[in-house]
Amino acid sequence: MNILVGISKTPETTAKIEFSEDGKSFKSEGVNYIMNPYDEWYALVRAIELKEVHGGEVTVINVGTISNETVIRKALAIGADKAVRINKETSSSWDTASQIAAYAKEHSYDIILIGKETIDYNGGEVGGMLAEHLGVSFISFASKLEFDGSVFTVEKDIEGGVEVVELNGPFVLSAAKGLAEQRIPNMRGIMMAKRKPLEVIEPISDEGFVTISQFTKPAEKVGIKMVDPDQMDELVRMLSEESKVI
Amino acid sequence: MSSLTADNQTKKVKTDQFQSHDYYQVDDLLQEEHLLAREAIRSWVKSEVSPIIESYAEKAECPTHLFKELGELGAFGPSLPVEYGGGGMDEIAYGLIMQELERGDSGIRSMASVQGSLVMYPIYRFGSEMQRQKYLPRLGTGELIGCFGLTEPDHGSNPSGMLSNIRKDGSDYILNGSKMWITNSPIADIAVVWAKDEEGVIRGMIVEKDMPGFSAPEIHGKWSLRASITGELVFENVRVPGENLFPEIRGLKGPLSCLSKARYGIAWGVIGAALDCYDSALRYSKERIQFDRPIGQFQLTQKKLAEMITEITKAQLLAWRLGTLANNGNASPAQISMAKRNNVLMALEVAREARQIHGGMGITNEYPIMRHMMNLETVLTYEGTHDVHLLITGMDVTGLNAFK
Ligand SMILES: Cc1cc2nc3c(=O)[nH]c(=O)nc-3n(C[C@H](O)[C@H](O)[C@H](O)COP(=O)(O)OP(=O)(O)OC[C@H]3O[C@@H](n4cnc5c(N)ncnc54)[C@H](O)[C@@H]3O)c2cc1C
Repeated sequence: MNILVGISKTPETTAKIEFSEDGKSFKSEGVNYIMNPYDEWYALVRAIELKEVHGGEVTVINVGTISNETVIRKALAIGADKAVRINKETSSSWDTASQIAAYAKEHSYDIILIGKETIDYNGGEVGGMLAEHLGVSFISFASKLEFDGSVFTVEKDIEGGVEVVELNGPFVLSAAKGLAEQRIPNMRGIMMAKRKPLEVIEPISDEGFVTISQFTKPAEKVGIKMVDPDQMDELVRMLSEESKVI
Repeated sequence: MSSLTADNQTKKVKTDQFQSHDYYQVDDLLQEEHLLAREAIRSWVKSEVSPIIESYAEKAECPTHLFKELGELGAFGPSLPVEYGGGGMDEIAYGLIMQELERGDSGIRSMASVQGSLVMYPIYRFGSEMQRQKYLPRLGTGELIGCFGLTEPDHGSNPSGMLSNIRKDGSDYILNGSKMWITNSPIADIAVVWAKDEEGVIRGMIVEKDMPGFSAPEIHGKWSLRASITGELVFENVRVPGENLFPEIRGLKGPLSCLSKARYGIAWGVIGAALDCYDSALRYSKERIQFDRPIGQFQLTQKKLAEMITEITKAQLLAWRLGTLANNGNASPAQISMAKRNNVLMALEVAREARQIHGGMGITNEYPIMRHMMNLETVLTYEGTHDVHLLITGMDVTGLNAFK
């Protein structure tokens, strides 16, 4: 089974989030990056597990500049067979999906897995757009993916229960928690990854549908104020004047 | 009831919030594989060591289930060649692996140091091809556990005075004597043992646990390195086949070259313990309020934190430079002594200052500080005491031997 896995790089959850003066871009200086956990822990690991049982090859793909290669190398260390980097700073989910689709069209993959969202922009759009570009089905938020040799069974959590879907490839699936368990690469994997192929290809032209006008940070959280039960008037005053809820 | 449930009832497990600190961008000097190795070991420590280590240390019990996991990760002998159970990595990767393990606990780092540098390394370096094939792959995976016997009850800093001895008997040797303070000995499958032959020359050999006359009782009552098991080795007319002796190596330089390898790992490892203490103190200093302000706002707290990160940064640079020398095979034993001595004391002092910043909380197992501090007292003494390393530097710079 040939599987393509989309991986991306996101700031560590503890990173300090700052934007440029004009508010149009994220300040990346001093930020530590990791592989997006939904891509790494779930999509990638499940792809490797399927390959281990059914044979075939796992290719990881990333749209990004050379600074993304540590994350790509990590995917190879965890067990992907080869990697492709489309050499550009992506401008939007649409751009990412178009770039990956252009590559995927030239190759034939049985299934394409990606994380349900990145933990920085939380867009969750790439999977659907990618499936549309390729004209295949899209299944979002999958928490289980099985293959019996002919048919795939996918489970996804829905309000109050689980939806079970049976289908044939090819399709695009976005991975949620539960699909697999994190694998820590071992030292041998890290050394082997150095020798695995990482192909860099040039992007197709960007249709440039999206421009960013402004990033703003949410309002600073204010501490909890305790009001004495005898001071009801003060509580009412605060609710109406300070927080303006009544 | 499993012991784990019993534990959970007495102690809640805090999540490990550790974040590393790199004040001088030393990371820019590292390669991709170094960063990946460090990240991998760090995640493993966070998920497998941090949640259990306080309770194992409290019970003075060794988490032996971690041997196989360490083997699976490739933490044993990472700089040995792959065909002999190693990882084929460089010395900086080895150092960073030790740093991340010791960030968790010096006892866990000791498990890996002994297995990789004091057992696998001498078998690789001095062993016959048959010995290498027989033991190294299974040591690398953690299927076999090894220990290293040099120190004796009456010969610690002065190992050349050792009394353990071998006598030739046909193609075998008869081993007698005892060893003291041996990490992993009660659970070890094999021991690399150093003993004198009939001419008084030190020889190295591999002793297997079921050889008649060999026992390895545990040493109890340690207030340091409590999650690491330590014992004796007792040999009463143990018949060791000639093929178990290292064929070529003679004299103290055999064990000393292993110690150089392990000390090198310690020079890196203790930076991990120091970083853990500093990181915890820094966080605590911003959260703990006294006199209506975070204690980190007081100049005296800032002095402690500023000096801690300064000393950690110096140690990181020393270790990195030592690593680049070691990669070219140019790190001298005296240079390794200097780094071991400097960095271990640095870590111990950082732990002591961090303990004060945590106030009363600093003495509890809610924080890793006291455990690190107690562990580091062993690290200051084993693999050559703090003072002995000073005398090595002294001898190196003056050319005069203070040991005679
Ligand atoms: C937990 C633990 C694990 C260990 N694991 C191992 C192991 O796996 N294998 C192994 O072989 N050993 C191991 N050791 C032994 C360790 O290496 C020795 O404890 C160490 O070498 C010191 O020896 P000693 O304890 O006999 O102290 P001593 O040599 O008796 O030293 C006592 C004091 O005298 C000082 N001193 C000694 N000689 C001089 C001198 N010439 N000039 C100035 N001062 C001097 C020392 O610095 C020290 O302060 C371990 C020790 C501990 C505590």
